[in-house]
Amino acid sequence: MSKRIIIDPVTRIEGHAKISVFLDDAGNVSDAEFHVVEFRGFEKFCEGRSFSEMPGITPRICGICPVSHLLASAKAGDAIMAVNIPPAADKLRRLMNLGQIVQSHALSFFHLSAPDFLLGWDAPAETRNVFGLIASNEGLARAGIRLRQFGQEIIEVLGGKKIHPAWAVPGGVRSALSAEGAAKIRAWLPEAHQTTQVALGLFKKVLETHERETQLYGNFPSLFMGLVAPDGTWEHHGGRLRFTDSSGSTIADQIEPRDYKTVIGESSEDGSYLKSPYYLPLGREDGIYRVGPLARLNVCSRMGVPKADEELRNFRSFGHGSVTSSFLYHYARLIEILASLEYIERALADPDLSSQDLRADAGINSLRGVGASEAPRGTLFHDYTVDRDGKLLKVNLIVATGQNNLAMNRTVAQIARHFLKGTEVTEPMLNRIEHGIRCYDPCLSCSTHAAGKMALHLQLVGPDGSVVKDVVRD
Amino acid sequence: MAAKTLTIDGKQISAEAGTTVLQAAREAGIRIPTLCHLEGIMDIGACRLCLVEVKGTTKLLSACTTKVFEGMEVTTTSERLQKYRRMTLELLFAERNHVCAVCVANGHCELQSLAYEQGMDHVRYDYCFPKWGMDLTHPSLGMDHNRCILCTRCVRVCWYIEGAGTKNVAGRGGRSMVISDMNEPWGDSETCTSCGKCVMSCPTGALFSKGSTAGESERDRSKLEFIVNAREKKQWTV
Repeated sequence: MSKRIIIDPVTRIEGHAKISVFLDDAGNVSDAEFHVVEFRGFEKFCEGRSFSEMPGITPRICGICPVSHLLASAKAGDAIMAVNIPPAADKLRRLMNLGQIVQSHALSFFHLSAPDFLLGWDAPAETRNVFGLIASNEGLARAGIRLRQFGQEIIEVLGGKKIHPAWAVPGGVRSALSAEGAAKIRAWLPEAHQTTQVALGLFKKVLETHERETQLYGNFPSLFMGLVAPDGTWEHHGGRLRFTDSSGSTIADQIEPRDYKTVIGESSEDGSYLKSPYYLPLGREDGIYRVGPLARLNVCSRMGVPKADEELRNFRSFGHGSVTSSFLYHYARLIEILASLEYIERALADPDLSSQDLRADAGINSLRGVGASEAPRGTLFHDYTVDRDGKLLKVNLIVATGQNNLAMNRTVAQIARHFLKGTEVTEPMLNRIEHGIRCYDPCLSCSTHAAGKMALHLQLVGPDGSVVKDVVRD
Repeated sequence: MAAKTLTIDGKQISAEAGTTVLQAAREAGIRIPTLCHLEGIMDIGACRLCLVEVKGTTKLLSACTTKVFEGMEVTTTSERLQKYRRMTLELLFAERNHVCAVCVANGHCELQSLAYEQGMDHVRYDYCFPKWGMDLTHPSLGMDHNRCILCTRCVRVCWYIEGAGTKNVAGRGGRSMVISDMNEPWGDSETCTSCGKCVMSCPTGALFSKGSTAGESERDRSKLEFIVNAREKKQWTV
């Protein structure tokens, strides 16, 4: 008899979601779906507001990556004003984005995902969390929390507060980096570097013993998308779009973010508030692409900084062409932290960061503006259409987690197929399926433009829709 | 002019006849919360924040429009007053869409400061969530009706300080709104001199300079006072 298993809600991710696993008559997994069950409606209620307010409003979508929305929104505003922002403002925005990448990646790695592979998939659920990590390895947990704090400090030093700083504005930024702020970041860098090296060492050891996970956690061919510099170097807050396929060949390059509609199609599904974007030229089935750390490391030609480039070479040895296992999102995240630290160090040496020329002023010179930036989870687009007075007529936000939606479905199906046997559902089994989602570090608040507490609910549903088995975990 | 003696909160003070309770209290260093009052323009007693108790009447009177009299006994703080002030503030918040976190006036807003001061930690009334829009047609100034509390300070500065008479009030009750000229888009107004005094006078983020982002709208109200003083004391007469 065929069944459907529902995991609801999914834990240790940022937002509220559930997973359905469909079983056929023989009890084998036929398919799986990841549903985001929250609805927020930012795109709708921002209509009628002024575009210049958007960098204040849109970061409220999320408390983890508010900076991503802040920056993409400010960029969309730059485009509406049709201005080139002062060079110092661009450098300062970049510095804040680097701080954001470090803090968000540290959160994903240490707080949310590491308990699985450091404490064990089968460890009791009540200790398989950051507190369990503190109990088993206090030094590591503390260092991880401090690494996140380092990233947050950069955001605070620039924007005045860690969460929701309204610091970037259409045309530039509000304030420069103070000498004290620069000194604080500089003094903290060695510790951040050290923690990153420890984490890299640890994860490489994990990879030695987790060959099965590397093979099975979202390991399938797909496309990858990310921003790259004109010369193909890793990019996080500028540059243009590049798509590569699983063999590592570039299939589209240097596409202006404002032309995203020529390469990205959006479909929506029943049962989820998350949209599913795909690579338009190949259609919804073959056009599945991934974004985020794994994708950025696959699309870029180099990181552009020495230590991270060395790690990139090692990372690439895990793939033929592109690295296709989503379990390696974790590794990619650590490499990006390393690169960010190197770029931060470089940025601090730039005297421009204390410049007072920070904000361009202009009226409405373009009725549409697109801002793209690499959020920790992947490429983020803010697309605004305004009237002559700057009042928003249409808002479209394409968020990283949405772009990974189809890949997340495939990942949970792959893990479920391997680990779910018959109707006997155990907690560690559920946890493995959930980890498939955690690899992507999804942010559901963002993707549905959500607040919520994670717990887990799994249902086995028969082909007639009746619930055969119901497992709930708070 | 004859002086009147009165007590405010038990303190003996004397004030010139014709002075309001608010003026007398301020001169004596006693603070009464206000919202629609603005130094330099006439008072209308609209916001009801400055309500005080006066011995001999059970009615609460607005300090900004009540004149002092001989032997008057005024109380500015009591449980009853506190209750009404808080209620008034809650009703103001419930009536329109006030979202402090993303407002241009965040941190520099009189409504917000008063809510903090009066200990308004939540609103007991259902929010109305009315549909109000923004007028962004003026080249440099903007109006967000969601944040307007109808104090009419902008109307009064426009008429009595600038003398332009652009800003007016239309409608009735909760659907009243501040309009420009005969309810035209602000940008089409022929009378507006773009002086920006309305923005300077606004206690909330309803009026702002276009391009301002969250928390950026700081106002220097002393400029309005300066203009009034200069005019009344004939400092600009040649």
